[in-house]
Amino acid sequence: MSLLDVRDVTIRFGGVTALADVSFSVEPGEIFAIVGPNGAGKSTLFNLISRFCEPESGDVRLDGASLLDRAPADMAPLGVARTFQNIDLFETSTVLENLLIGRHTRRQSSFVAQAVFSPAVRRQEIAHREAVERIIDFLDLHAYREQRIAGLPYGTRKVVEVGRALAMEPRIVLLDEPASGLSPEESRDMRFWISDIRAELGVTVLMVEHDMGLVSAVSDRVLVLAEGRVIALGSPADVQSHPEVVQAFLGVEPGPAA
Amino acid sequence: MLLTGHAGQVSIGHAAFLAVGCYANVILMDRFGLPFLPSFLLAGIVTGIAGVLIAIPVFRLHGIYLAIATLALSMLVEDIIVLAEPWTGGVVGLTAPTVTIAGMDMDRFSSPDRFYWLCLAIALLVTLGYRNILRAPLGRAFLAIRDSEVSAQAMGVHLARTKAAAFGLSCLVTGWAGALLGHFFYTFNHEVFTVVVSIQLLLMIVIGGIGSIHGAFYGALVVGIIPQAINIGRDWITDVLGTGGVAIPGLETGIFGLILVLFILFEPLGVHGRLTKWKIYFELFPFYRRDLFRRQRSYLKTERLR
Repeated sequence: MSLLDVRDVTIRFGGVTALADVSFSVEPGEIFAIVGPNGAGKSTLFNLISRFCEPESGDVRLDGASLLDRAPADMAPLGVARTFQNIDLFETSTVLENLLIGRHTRRQSSFVAQAVFSPAVRRQEIAHREAVERIIDFLDLHAYREQRIAGLPYGTRKVVEVGRALAMEPRIVLLDEPASGLSPEESRDMRFWISDIRAELGVTVLMVEHDMGLVSAVSDRVLVLAEGRVIALGSPADVQSHPEVVQAFLGVEPGPAA
Repeated sequence: MLLTGHAGQVSIGHAAFLAVGCYANVILMDRFGLPFLPSFLLAGIVTGIAGVLIAIPVFRLHGIYLAIATLALSMLVEDIIVLAEPWTGGVVGLTAPTVTIAGMDMDRFSSPDRFYWLCLAIALLVTLGYRNILRAPLGRAFLAIRDSEVSAQAMGVHLARTKAAAFGLSCLVTGWAGALLGHFFYTFNHEVFTVVVSIQLLLMIVIGGIGSIHGAFYGALVVGIIPQAINIGRDWITDVLGTGGVAIPGLETGIFGLILVLFILFEPLGVHGRLTKWKIYFELFPFYRRDLFRRQRSYLKTERLR
């Protein structure tokens, strides 16, 4: 059974159709990329899956169970983590604190126990800290551990946001443009990390990305959206040679001489 | 009182919860004959529950609207106290019984030093609990909803529940403070718990430094000292000018307002922020840069009250 199943989803904002009858499914252990020009509905799709917006029709299923009656805060316990296109970290906290908030759903102590900081709470905090240190090792964030987000460079914030999502120990992570605004070196690092997320942590990756180099290097399957419609779905190589995709991206009619 | 600063939710209705705590404590001791400690604990819990109940509808509002709603609450409670005369003594008010722990009297008048130690011990315990909460998951959730609600939700933080918890916790502590206040005043009525008290509480947090435990203490110090300073200043003015000067109406409120404006303009991080900057200045002595704190500063100014 597919891990995530999006079926015939339509979303309209006023007169604008953001998504029209979009269907696809993500298999466990897959790296699945969504590409498309600006305004194609990629981020809307993400917001739908993480329950920040409602579809007009259609269904989203995780392990066969519909997600439509879930609230955004219910998604983390179900194992769905996400990052945001424009980075939405907790600005006044340190990197470490941000990663620890990622562990929020793993907490299990009562309020009174927390107030007296009982031995159980202490043990759990140590366990959380160890889990977070593993993420820090994984993403090479050692140098920034105690720094506040507000002073960090853009590229590092991107990495911290990925780390925060991973700290949740999710089953599937939604990365919204993980490489946008990164330098070529940072983008290359991100490429390795995305493949490592699957290889080492066993987490399924669903990502929106513009950088076709990154997409074709890491992803198993690519979904191409344009103006809210699915125009192609397949391996990176297949998709790139698809005539409609060429048209949507380059805006040219595929001529016989091309 | 402390937590509203931390979870980024503004309340100017905390005098209402002071009142709830204060009356609950005295009523429990007088009518139900409970000794001080259990009644004190219960008073806090009652106030906390009242806070959660009120938080559920009120937290659909944001920022300035939330502030207005809590302000209204403050007004309401004053009236309710007067109306609920059989319990609260109405306009006449109530008299707090003497505090006795393990056979020791802790009365404000006959043994003020013992009463002081009692208050200090409670303040210390509350501070300790508060620090513990902050380094535990709940505290991190508070910080998360303050900085970004959307992102906090994506991390699995339940907004309504967490906000209600913050408010309830804040009310719990406020209830305890109210109970102590009742014993401190000895006799009290509805006029003790006016909106001005709520605003003074908020003032303490802003002057001391938003979102820091140290700040609450510094703020309380400053707000506690200012009226005295004004009185001394008044005497001095009277001496210099001969007469007049003594009774300028609204002088205190005016000065409070002025101080608040000055702090928000020049030191949004409050006394605590200023002290931290001095400390860092001496630590880094030749290398201190003025811009070191710029980012946090601009953040505090614009986004806190949203």
